[in-house]
Amino acid sequence: MWKWLHPYADPQRAYRLSERLQPWFTLLALMFICVGTVWGLAFAPSDYQQGDSYRIIFIHVPAASMSMAAYMGMATAAFVGLVWQIKLADWAAAAIAPIGAVITFIALFTGAAWGKPMWGTWWVWDARLTSELILLFLYLGVISLYASFEDKVVAARAAGILTLVGVINIPIIKYSVEWWSSLHQPSTIRITEESTMAPEMLYPLLINILGFGFMIGAITLVRFKAEILARNGMRPWVRELATATGAK
Amino acid sequence: MLRGIGYTQAFFTLLLRDLKIAVRHRGDIFNPLLFFIMVVTLFPLGIGPEPQMLARIAPGVIWVAALLASMLSLERLFKADFSDGSLEQMLLSPQPLSLMVLAKVLAHWLLTGVPLIIMAPLLGLLLNLETQSYAALIATLVLGTPVLSLLGAIGVALTVGLRKGGVLLSLLILPLYIPVLIFATSAIDAAGMNLPYDGQLAIIGAMLAGSLTLAPFAIGASLRVSTN
Repeated sequence: MWKWLHPYADPQRAYRLSERLQPWFTLLALMFICVGTVWGLAFAPSDYQQGDSYRIIFIHVPAASMSMAAYMGMATAAFVGLVWQIKLADWAAAAIAPIGAVITFIALFTGAAWGKPMWGTWWVWDARLTSELILLFLYLGVISLYASFEDKVVAARAAGILTLVGVINIPIIKYSVEWWSSLHQPSTIRITEESTMAPEMLYPLLINILGFGFMIGAITLVRFKAEILARNGMRPWVRELATATGAK
Repeated sequence: MLRGIGYTQAFFTLLLRDLKIAVRHRGDIFNPLLFFIMVVTLFPLGIGPEPQMLARIAPGVIWVAALLASMLSLERLFKADFSDGSLEQMLLSPQPLSLMVLAKVLAHWLLTGVPLIIMAPLLGLLLNLETQSYAALIATLVLGTPVLSLLGAIGVALTVGLRKGGVLLSLLILPLYIPVLIFATSAIDAAGMNLPYDGQLAIIGAMLAGSLTLAPFAIGASLRVSTN
């Protein structure tokens, strides 16, 4: 059933595929983020309670949801790398980690900037904020663990185990606003029922979430390609590629 | 039975071996304990000796100190066995690795967690902890310190092969310690206000059950990675 997937475990084919996919991801990311952000910031109606300052939601929510999605992507790659010993999955996990850390930082930063006018404080120690901060620490732990091993095969496996242990944090972040009474508002986007958000605000938000997803995909592809080249520097196809690009 | 040694026998042999080694190096037991007491002593000196203030911060201070002491003592959990090669013998032995690892972690908890629990009421006294909070303090430490040992052992197992693993270890395991800290201190605070705290205890108990069943496998896998 999964036979068709096997050829892509070859670094060269994976590199070619990423190279082919990358422009599409970049294009879609640019398109969605432009449309979503302009719609959200300029044309969506202002909130009856929060006025215009709610508009940071169009950056904050996509960044926060993508910080968790990136972690799940990293964890899936780490799981595949650990169980089936596929080196490419390890490289993919290593490629995602710094991107996830940055997007988590963006979520925390925009959240703080939103909290200041609304709650009157940059930071409160409640469940949602604390668990998102733990997520940032987990990303940083994975990155530094990966960096501290000379042998990158061992490094990827060690970082992979830590990644899988940290997965426990993801449902805690997701449900923290339901389990604890929190200053952070509960989620307004529902998948199975109707969202508790006006559609004119919801559509730009959804478009931006998609755009952030494509952006993460595009940056991951860039880093993934770099990781493949770095780990296969001695292979003939990489050398050919290097001379071909050098000659241009 | 595998080569004449049953699982129970292997478990207790390893447990007794670790306890015996620790008893012969008594500093290993007392140093984390001294560290625990020293850290707690620094807070009244740094913050000021007002009894109300101390009573307010006591649960957090005791728990943070316990957390740091447990982390410091964890560093040598696998270090000696790794450098003299007995860890590899454990990996090669026919008994399941997670069982051996559990014995080692249990030995570590008996040597550092239990003395910490015994010392904690005395430190509560020094920090002017509310009378009704002592039971909660002991209960959270009894349920929480094994979780610290189990989660910490994952980090130690990942970094045992590295030369400078110390700082990295704190970066890896302190985020995992945060939930235990949150629920433990909120239980003690609730007890101080005469509120029920069995909900927090149940959550720490759930963490203990979860880490007791899953952490040995993660530790075993990490050790296999570290020793290659």
